[in-house]
Amino acid sequence: MAAVATTARRRQRPWTWQRLLGRVLIYGLLIFLAAYFLMPIYVLFITALKPYARVDYTKMWELPRSLDLTGFLTGWEKVAPNFINSVIITVPAAVISSFIGSMNGYIFAKWKFRGSDTLFILFLVGMFLPYQGILIPLVQTLQRFNLYGTLLGLILTHCIFGIPITALMFRSYFAGVPNELVDASKIDGCGFFGIYRYVLLPISFPAFAVVGIWQFTNIWNDYLIGVVVLSNPRLSPVMIAVKNTAGSFTTEWNVQMAAALIAALPTIFVYLALGKFFMQGLLAGSVKG
Amino acid sequence: MRTSESSTTTIAKGGGIAAPLTTLLGKYWPKDWRGDRLTAFLVLLPSIIAVAIFVYGFILWTFRVSFTNWSGWTATYDFVGLENWKQLFLNDERWLIDLRNLVEYAVVFMTLCIVMGFLMAALLNQRVKGESFFRTVFVFPFAVSGIVTGVTWRWLMYPPAGINLIFHYLGLDFLQNKWYAASYGTMAVALAGAWQFTGYVMALYLAGLRGINAELLEAAQIDGAGTWNLYRNVIIPMLSPVTFTAIVLTGMGSIRVFDLVVAISGSGAGYTTDTMAFYMFQSIFQTSRFALGGTIAAFMVVLSAFLVGPYLMSMRREVE
Repeated sequence: MAAVATTARRRQRPWTWQRLLGRVLIYGLLIFLAAYFLMPIYVLFITALKPYARVDYTKMWELPRSLDLTGFLTGWEKVAPNFINSVIITVPAAVISSFIGSMNGYIFAKWKFRGSDTLFILFLVGMFLPYQGILIPLVQTLQRFNLYGTLLGLILTHCIFGIPITALMFRSYFAGVPNELVDASKIDGCGFFGIYRYVLLPISFPAFAVVGIWQFTNIWNDYLIGVVVLSNPRLSPVMIAVKNTAGSFTTEWNVQMAAALIAALPTIFVYLALGKFFMQGLLAGSVKG
Repeated sequence: MRTSESSTTTIAKGGGIAAPLTTLLGKYWPKDWRGDRLTAFLVLLPSIIAVAIFVYGFILWTFRVSFTNWSGWTATYDFVGLENWKQLFLNDERWLIDLRNLVEYAVVFMTLCIVMGFLMAALLNQRVKGESFFRTVFVFPFAVSGIVTGVTWRWLMYPPAGINLIFHYLGLDFLQNKWYAASYGTMAVALAGAWQFTGYVMALYLAGLRGINAELLEAAQIDGAGTWNLYRNVIIPMLSPVTFTAIVLTGMGSIRVFDLVVAISGSGAGYTTDTMAFYMFQSIFQTSRFALGGTIAAFMVVLSAFLVGPYLMSMRREVE
């Protein structure tokens, strides 16, 4: 109530020169910053739409005279198989790790046992770990099980290293579900799986969306694990192909920009369509315990 | 005998998947670990094992590698003590440049992310029209991969074109520089990194600002605090947990820079844009010097532990 009253009072505050100047300054800065953050995207688009001969350094900021799709077509030709690989890797990995995360989060939130909170913190170490710290053993282990250089190996790797963050996100979400609800369904005869299936699952769509999008974005955008586990150019994920569009001597800028744009489209699309869940993921992934 | 029998039947009723085990062990099985509670633990168990092996086991394994002379694709674990560590810190010029680059990167990246992130959050918190538009634009780069960011910024910072051209248009030719091709090239890479990550920090600060009690700010203003003082003495101190989080996250980001460097410049001439992660990657996958790569990796883990340790401690308090 107080907050509403305050807002109302502020709105009625008369326009003074000082206040006007402040507003102009705020919007000026915001527009400048927005332009700064959009600048790379602008360049990405216009360069991708120019024919190679026209990618003239001195005119790099100018709009293309006519739309030329050869950049996109060549770019797509170069990264298409890898784009499909990325779909094959990312979708199952995101779905499986969300499911595992929902189970773990459910247990950490609603079936606490002695030491479970400590165990949870120990899980989180895996989320902050620089992956370099596990690369050598990872390669060795995957080789031992003949999973090195395979799509399945990469999917499994992403699922395993997704355990900490997905457990964290689901735990926060399920912690918000009142314990009374869980206790009441226990009295009604629900067991461990019954509570999950009939009480929590029906209300967890937002959590699945947040975690699924988070995992999708991170796995799609991954370069390090992909290049380590699956560097074979035929099987590698799309980001590795995008990197490889840069020749060692000359770079066809338009093709590389188009390939980069194509590779970025799925996550950009998800972000624009489901931004609310993406934002929640940002916050759930860091501050809340 | 009777009591034991009746307790067994109770367990069997709510026993779930673990019922046979508890029935078998009867009264010797601890009370806490029966029925659904046991089921819960058993469902969690595969994840516990996975984390134990793939996180903790692997870290130990990496440390072990750092104490061997393993080189070449076949693993050899001959113990050489601290030899690799000594080599790295006393004799390896590239490594010392990497450490300098880490400082360069961290200073630019962390300062930009935290200062700009806070400023952007403060601006957005001024009841502006189109807030969601600006927020969407600012956070958007975080949905873009490091490789795409790197590829784009490589073009933007291409010395004969890109941003240098903008400086020229604006008559600011003196600002033109060689970006990632310069001797301070790592700072240029950090600029691209900050483009990607500032929105994230802004989102954290914005959530923090929204969490501050409006009445408290009102009270401070009535007490005569000007805008500057309000930020300096009330808001910024209240947001120190967010700043702590931001320091940890951006610090971690500085330690593990990899894909940006791969896409922008590689290690650069004279290793001017080399990073620890890039050196580690090359030492393993190009020169097969596994012991060297393991040592670098182990050092990166140690460095991260200094940041993450305190952070997890504070999280632990929140969790319990």
